[in-house]
Amino acid sequence: MTTTEQRLTPRAMGVPLDRLDGPAKVTGTARYAFEHPQTQPLYLHPVQATVAAGRITAIETGAAEAVPGVLAVLTHLNAPRLADTSDGELAILQSGGVAFRGQIIGGVVATSPETARHAASLVRTAYDEQPHDVVLRAGHEGLYAPDSVNGGYDTDQVQGDVEAALASADVTVDQTYTTPTLHNNPMEPHSTIAVWDDGQLTLYDSTQGVHMVRKSVAPLFGLDPEQVRVISPHVGGGFGSKGNAHAHVVLAAMAARQLPGRPVKLALTRQQMFFLAGYRTPTLQRVRLGADRDGRFSAISVEAISQTARIKEFTEQTAVAARMMYAAPNRRTTHRVTRLDVPVPSWMRAPGECPGMFAAEVAMDELAEACGLDPVELRVRNEPETDPETGHPFSSRNLVACLREGARRIGWERRDPTPGARRENGALVGLGVSASVYPVFRMPGSAARVRAEAGGRYTVSIGAADLGTGTWTALTQIAADALEVPVEHVDLRIGDTALPPATVAGGSSGITCWGSAIVHAARELRGQHGRSPAEGAEAVGETGDNPDTERYAMYAFGAQFAEVRVDADTGEVRAPRLVGVFAAGRIINPKTARSQLLGGMTMGLSMALYEQSHVDPSIGQVANHDFAEYHIATNADIGSLDVSWLDEDDPHVNAMGSKGIGEIGIVGTAAAVANAAYNATGVRIRDLPVTLDAFLS
Amino acid sequence: MDAVEVEVSLRVDGRQRRLTLDTRTSLLDALRERLGVTGPKKGCDHGQCGACTILLDGRRVNSCLALAVAHDEAEITTVEGLADGDTLHPLQESFVRHDGFQCGYCTPGQICSAVGMLTEAEAGWPSAVSADLTAPVELTDAEISERMSGNLCRCGAYAGIVPAIAEVAR
Amino acid sequence: MRPFDYRRADDIDGAVAMLALNPSAAFLGGGTNLVDHLRLGVTAPDLLVDVTRLGLDRIEPLADGGVRVGGTVRNSDLAADRLVRERYPVLAQALLSGASGQLRNLATTGGNLLQRTRCVYFQDVTTPCGKREPGSGCSALRGYQRYHAILGASSACIATHPSDMAVAMAALDAVVRVRGRDGERAVPLTDFHRLPGDEPQRDTVLQHGELITAVDLPPLPEGMRSRYRKVRDRASYAFALVSVAAVLDVRDGTVADVRIALGGVAHKPWRASVAERELRGAPATADSFRRAADAELAAAEPVEGNAFKVPLVRGTLVAVLRELSEETAR
Repeated sequence: MTTTEQRLTPRAMGVPLDRLDGPAKVTGTARYAFEHPQTQPLYLHPVQATVAAGRITAIETGAAEAVPGVLAVLTHLNAPRLADTSDGELAILQSGGVAFRGQIIGGVVATSPETARHAASLVRTAYDEQPHDVVLRAGHEGLYAPDSVNGGYDTDQVQGDVEAALASADVTVDQTYTTPTLHNNPMEPHSTIAVWDDGQLTLYDSTQGVHMVRKSVAPLFGLDPEQVRVISPHVGGGFGSKGNAHAHVVLAAMAARQLPGRPVKLALTRQQMFFLAGYRTPTLQRVRLGADRDGRFSAISVEAISQTARIKEFTEQTAVAARMMYAAPNRRTTHRVTRLDVPVPSWMRAPGECPGMFAAEVAMDELAEACGLDPVELRVRNEPETDPETGHPFSSRNLVACLREGARRIGWERRDPTPGARRENGALVGLGVSASVYPVFRMPGSAARVRAEAGGRYTVSIGAADLGTGTWTALTQIAADALEVPVEHVDLRIGDTALPPATVAGGSSGITCWGSAIVHAARELRGQHGRSPAEGAEAVGETGDNPDTERYAMYAFGAQFAEVRVDADTGEVRAPRLVGVFAAGRIINPKTARSQLLGGMTMGLSMALYEQSHVDPSIGQVANHDFAEYHIATNADIGSLDVSWLDEDDPHVNAMGSKGIGEIGIVGTAAAVANAAYNATGVRIRDLPVTLDAFLS
Repeated sequence: MDAVEVEVSLRVDGRQRRLTLDTRTSLLDALRERLGVTGPKKGCDHGQCGACTILLDGRRVNSCLALAVAHDEAEITTVEGLADGDTLHPLQESFVRHDGFQCGYCTPGQICSAVGMLTEAEAGWPSAVSADLTAPVELTDAEISERMSGNLCRCGAYAGIVPAIAEVAR
Repeated sequence: MRPFDYRRADDIDGAVAMLALNPSAAFLGGGTNLVDHLRLGVTAPDLLVDVTRLGLDRIEPLADGGVRVGGTVRNSDLAADRLVRERYPVLAQALLSGASGQLRNLATTGGNLLQRTRCVYFQDVTTPCGKREPGSGCSALRGYQRYHAILGASSACIATHPSDMAVAMAALDAVVRVRGRDGERAVPLTDFHRLPGDEPQRDTVLQHGELITAVDLPPLPEGMRSRYRKVRDRASYAFALVSVAAVLDVRDGTVADVRIALGGVAHKPWRASVAERELRGAPATADSFRRAADAELAAAEPVEGNAFKVPLVRGTLVAVLRELSEETAR
């Protein structure tokens, strides 16, 4: 294909259909990983390291083994040798080395969960403990430039002469912004049931990608991918943390191999999730902006640093949004990372854009004030004609329209630019704005199969995932339109490696990748078998390439506005009103899409005001590792949330015209809140979260 | 000391169930791992999220913090026992229509909690946001939010949950 | 969680006797704190004695105009009780600001008084904590301190008591009734909890085997207004950073009587007697309130991670007194 993809005529798409998996979820009958019925299941509880760096010198398992009901105690001394140890996170129990506190150093299998957990507490370990370093700081001696950063982006990018431009700029901002360690914390803990039977490994796993898990796990045990089946029809949230298989999946598979034929169940405790399930790295970002008196940028510079683990490199692409967001002839963006004695960081909702846009969009607010410009106007003035990074035209870019509509909805004209000027009912009140952005990703590797059934029905199969994202419903709507039949005639099957392969539910790419594969399979079926295919007629389609990807810059945009109230007596800070306006191409299902965007903004509010994993340098771990002490927003923290989108017609992105909406909702929320807090109080917050301490005199 | 086993009798969603279990077993694990009632969810196992909420003798409680042995002969309603045959409970129906969830993992707890909460409001119980502690309860959005705050939702479906409950409450 | 035996007590004396015979036994009430700690390995009794069916679940008016609250009255029932709502709004507000609807339906009055600190190190058995393991030191002194004490702490422990209810009861001059092998005794709530000193493992003055049978609330004199204000990072379902329970009587613009207790600042509900002395007889003005708060806080010894609590207590206390004085003036 060399031309723009033929577009789908929307019939079912655009209809606010109730979630098809809704009835199962509200009656409690939808099966999550740990809930698939098993005969005589066994329970596995991990044993974790209690030092942050060092080596195990002795591990005493006798007391655990003596507990009635215990069937096996795994340690590095008796665990199966893995065939592939290239992934340091997954290569558990292969040596006595400890790379972070909380790392899996063993596991106990027993006939009940109570027994397994109790016995695990009886395993005694002696260590040769080494000094540890768990704190990311500016100028850390271990900082280095990785080969590339997450998403395959260049580590550094330089255009023009930033230093010269900054030196000659009328107005500059030069500040450092920080975001803390954050934990994804989906409500469903990471869970796996592993069954090893006859050389075949079956995993009921809570995952964002069954095929990803298979691809990760099979080589560890020297298995062909076909010998591993992964099943995951419903996932209780992931937000990136279930995008990769983590170490507990390997532990479960190891235990299952020791006890063939017996299902082994492992669910991480909430506390364990703070060590073993990935997290968002803390970031430090030095942002420098240079502009003329009218606020037109001459230079943008972002130097981002983050952390990774000793045993695996992951570098968040924190600075990439600054490469394309605003026009500036001179730009520099760099990433540096350092290895610490910490758990392995990974994806968390909008890795890169989320912390990156916090820093950049607060810096924008500071520049607006320095120029005496309205913050909305400043963004409008720096709107680029084409993608500043590639020079390509945008497939569609409606940031300005989002800003204007959002300003109207929040009542921006009532904002007093003087900080601390508005007081109501004992609270200081302010408004703030931020832009949002998220790229349109299209990854190869998905395929869908469409099969004609009796009575004009169709079965559509693809190993995709629904982590609450609405996949069950949206893909059914796309299939219906691709086949030109009512949605009631489509039976979708997802979440199983027995189905055609699917890429991971990540990068807001699910609908683009899986939906395109379904469209192509449906077109193939119609092409081969016509309007009335015989029962059993099948066709397969793949995501395929989109030549426009090389010709256009493809992004979703949005604008977020916040109203913040700070209690004049106590400094308590709340955000009772948020407005988000988005331009994200065609919305497949307005009902589930609205929830996605609301959910992103809610998590963004939570990040802005509450979330922080407090790293204790002396013990070398996150101190507040549960839901009582790691605060996420409660129902009472959410006031009025106004979410809307523009009707955006983008002929280039894919056959559906959709851009992906899972992540953009969290991008910019924290900056809008921090900017509103400044407008309310005159206190500039550059370090998240925004808490009452900052407002107490 | 070895595990201590005891006999416990529970009435779960209208069915009498008898089982022998470890004194350490929570009501939640008794339901999920022993009786196959997996509607109630385990999100934290420490009363910090509300996913395990059930109705215990008519009141909403965190089943993860209740030892099964201490609730012998109790009457339990889980999310699986709310529907009347194929007819969803009004709250279940409203949650679907308002899209008051995404991943669905907190949903059983949210719905059981809402059932219990409406009973409490009916009985005139005030909340932390009630301006007048002795006035009749008016279930404003703020009242619903506060009363439902023991049920965390990481997907951030609160903006759907509140109207879903409000519609049934009013 | 270590295996344990379970017995249901049929009467108070039986319950007390069962504990007396077994130094490793514990009473089980609502379980919201005990089961939490069993699961974490913070505590490991070998016998649980269930005290929820001893008839201690009643709320009764007392002849002197006060109210007696049974030891196993659920937090939700106490908050919803008509007498409590009318006579002791500070107590109803404190209860309603604590935990969640579900937890309040399980938690008992006695259990709430006995709930243990939320210090993250106390709850994590892999870290040193002198409250959990006497003599092992205090991780919080160099660690995470946001929820820790600014008043009355020691070098052995800077934990805080997490209860809201107990703070309100401290301001109400409540009396805890306790039954042990040697009979019954009454302990003023302000003396019930301890400061850590060099024995941080002891939260209260209770001896092993003593059971809280009731809490007596004395009548509040005519004209006294009361209020509870809890300050926390998120709007609900969170422990207090600080809280203020206050009872105030203003006559002709002068503070006739006042009682103040602070939460989230010490190892026990902190009765602010210095501030009270400062206020009695003083004009009910913002200046007096500020002076009283400063006088109380003169003894504050914050650590780096909780220094914000000093201005936070000041701001919160002044606000609560201001609001109460406006209310009484009406």
